[in-house]
Amino acid sequence: MKTKCCSDPAVLNLWYAIAAIDELESDHSYHTTLLEENLKFKVDGNGNPSVRVVNSIPPGKTIGLKQGEEEAELPATVAYGYIWTSLGEPENELFSIPEYEESDRRNMNAATVGVHTSAPRAIENFLDMGHFPFVHSNILGAEPHTEVREYEVEVLQNENEIVATKCVFYQPKAATTSSEGADVEYLYRVPHPFCSILYKSSPVDESRMDVIALFVQPVSEEKVRAHMLLSILDTDNDNSVIGQFQQMIFGQDKPILENQVPKKLPLGSRAETSIRADKSAITYRRWLSAMGVKYGVLSATS
Amino acid sequence: MTIESIWFPIAASDDLPYRHVYHAQLLGTEMAVWRADDGFVNIWENRCLHRGVRLSIGINEGVELKCQYHGWRYANRTAGCTYIPAHPANSPARTIQNRVYPAIERYGLVWSGIEPEGEGPNFEFLSNRHCLVLRAVSINSPTNMVIEELRKYQFHPSSQLDAKHVEYEVVEWSTNTLIVQAQSQNFSTTALLIAQPVDSYKTVVRGVIEWDDGLEDIPVLRHHAQLINQIRNRVESRAASIPVAELTPLNMIKPSQEFPSSPKQPESGRFASYQVTIARKWQTAEGVSAFDLEPIKGVLPTFQPGAHIDVHMPNGLIRQYSLTNGPGQTQHYTIGIKRESNSSGGSHYMVDSLHEGCKLDISEPRNNFPLRRDALETILIAGGIGITPLLSMARLLDHANLPYKLHYFAQSEKHVTFGEVLSKLGSSVVLHLGLGDSQTKESLHDILSIHQKRMHVYVCGPAPMLEAARVTALKIGWPDEAVHFEYFKNPNAIDDSSEFEIALARSCLTLKVPSGKTIVEILRHNNVAISTSCEQGACGTCIIDVLEGEPDHQDVYLREFEKAGHKKIISCVSRAKSKRLVLDI
Repeated sequence: MKTKCCSDPAVLNLWYAIAAIDELESDHSYHTTLLEENLKFKVDGNGNPSVRVVNSIPPGKTIGLKQGEEEAELPATVAYGYIWTSLGEPENELFSIPEYEESDRRNMNAATVGVHTSAPRAIENFLDMGHFPFVHSNILGAEPHTEVREYEVEVLQNENEIVATKCVFYQPKAATTSSEGADVEYLYRVPHPFCSILYKSSPVDESRMDVIALFVQPVSEEKVRAHMLLSILDTDNDNSVIGQFQQMIFGQDKPILENQVPKKLPLGSRAETSIRADKSAITYRRWLSAMGVKYGVLSATS
Repeated sequence: MTIESIWFPIAASDDLPYRHVYHAQLLGTEMAVWRADDGFVNIWENRCLHRGVRLSIGINEGVELKCQYHGWRYANRTAGCTYIPAHPANSPARTIQNRVYPAIERYGLVWSGIEPEGEGPNFEFLSNRHCLVLRAVSINSPTNMVIEELRKYQFHPSSQLDAKHVEYEVVEWSTNTLIVQAQSQNFSTTALLIAQPVDSYKTVVRGVIEWDDGLEDIPVLRHHAQLINQIRNRVESRAASIPVAELTPLNMIKPSQEFPSSPKQPESGRFASYQVTIARKWQTAEGVSAFDLEPIKGVLPTFQPGAHIDVHMPNGLIRQYSLTNGPGQTQHYTIGIKRESNSSGGSHYMVDSLHEGCKLDISEPRNNFPLRRDALETILIAGGIGITPLLSMARLLDHANLPYKLHYFAQSEKHVTFGEVLSKLGSSVVLHLGLGDSQTKESLHDILSIHQKRMHVYVCGPAPMLEAARVTALKIGWPDEAVHFEYFKNPNAIDDSSEFEIALARSCLTLKVPSGKTIVEILRHNNVAISTSCEQGACGTCIIDVLEGEPDHQDVYLREFEKAGHKKIISCVSRAKSKRLVLDI
């Protein structure tokens, strides 16, 4: 179907997380906005989701709905603890996060945060290590340890996922148990234009990685709700403590994201000055261009 | 006259307190406004060139503005990028420079414009007088509607706020400005009111009145605030009924070059891009003259600590001198020149023949001796006139409160150069006076023996001292990449007997380099642009990436691990061991 504002098939046919299941009462109706369309959704007593688009604009303006019809059923599924839906016809299954199924992991929605920025700006910030010492001072980084060392980025063969590996960054307090700083290794996946998954060495078991995923729900071109999934090996802390930590981190990013001009992500290589450390951002911008994504970006030619 | 060419007030002087950054807007263009510690008012486009974050939320460090997002630093005056923390070992490309708007501070207001013309605002009645700046009032309305109402502005003379009869006269008015005089009995006050177009639907009214220091200001300010608020109420209720016009879009520049993977901007030879005057010349130590070089017009370009310039002397000689300036100090460059006894004429000429007021041509600063700001401790070691680049580094480290020590080897107290600047650096400066060769070596050993992880050492001085420092550092176990040198000159005898071929990957040329000719000479002869400075293998300006082949390194610029890697060549002196080199040019 077409929506009021978004006619971009690369964006329309994607799955989007719209709410964390744990935070919903069953059979209770909720509202949210996706790509400027108003949605009504609920889960029944068996945990089955349903999502409908609500026709809130004058008749004749919405092409996707038949005349006189007020609501239309949308595809809906549950994955990683969230309800996912689409305004188009999703061609692909949702990307996989195998770690989520491991029985000893804690899985939780750490935060859902509204941010006045575009979805790709939010993803690019998630992929960025260079801001750790400045935005997350003394937590994820600390001056003067500011260097972003060489890392590797590739677009996987079938072209549907970006992977950044060998990312190492100095963290002043690597774990709750450690008193001094250490290099921490990260791996980033971007399997969806507006979703990214971060793997970070676990302080509990050095052979395994904690997983932090960001699922961005574009409310409009310049407004998002960002859902943050944790799948971690932490047996000591309460959900609320873990949640608060991630909310604090996100709270530090939010004012930066909301002060970026322009809010849409410029895809032209000369619109902003990129440096070697921005390799994953450069790859992400090219990947969005190649995919023909128009929503939330400034195209290279415009 | 276009609206872009008009000077408007965009802030009050009081909006720029110590180390603050003020967010201003004019004609839809956002501006970050900040006063540096030297008093200079900077008005810049309000976005970091890297990822577009507003610089008005940045940090005013007194001499540089620091972006909140990735800590990029931009210099006072020039808005050139001086440091990119993600890559501490690189000096940022010269092209990374933010857009700057002109600034004039006058009558208690800060004036600017998109492309303003002329000498700035000139209001006779406020000249040489004390001024009282009125509180700025923001009005949601197009500017023309504000001006219509402002023309009816009626106020009381400052000393006659209760007067019954006041006469008014509009002295002058234009599309954005109004001068009005109020008179009661024998007292009169003249006011200047200006409508600042923020964007097409928002206006700020700013005002200044002539002022006598004996009066109490609060009642006067309140009087005007009430009057301007009444205007605001009237204008906004009228403006609410008109449709919102299209807002002026943000006016953004595009940086011209990516950093630093893109090739160097081709530029030929040794250009003298700037004309300067010797504003001051003085003897700073025995045998050493110091020169302040001021631009004849405009501003000098951004530099980073460690940078040098080429000075083109009237007698045709070209010499390199390091800048000694502190961070953000760009109103003049300060260099120090030692009168060398074995000079081929450069230092003699500078010291003996040039005096204050003489004009010189200089190149833009180049930095082949960049300072990392991410070391846990920095050690600077200077010998004699080698103090010059290290002084600039020390001043930055001192300003940024980063831990460092400056060890300065000099013949005697009299030979201590720029002593007045050094004394301000306090206990971080350690003098080593009158030491012989073996004592110098011992001291170097002591200094370098405290090596720890993430320490960096920078050495500049005469060749034997550099060699001693290099050997000592190696012995103690300093990693190559933590030891940084700057040579004045290349003490090695150049062997230019070899013959080889160079293939230029970018220009698809293959050229022969015969014995007696350098790569640089052959490139120039074939019109391939190459930037050079010292042309003796010391400064590193003519560095080229090597894609294939084994260079025969004869420079003193590349470090051992770089020479062993065969990935770079200093093209003014080095040659090839292999028959062919493929160069990335």
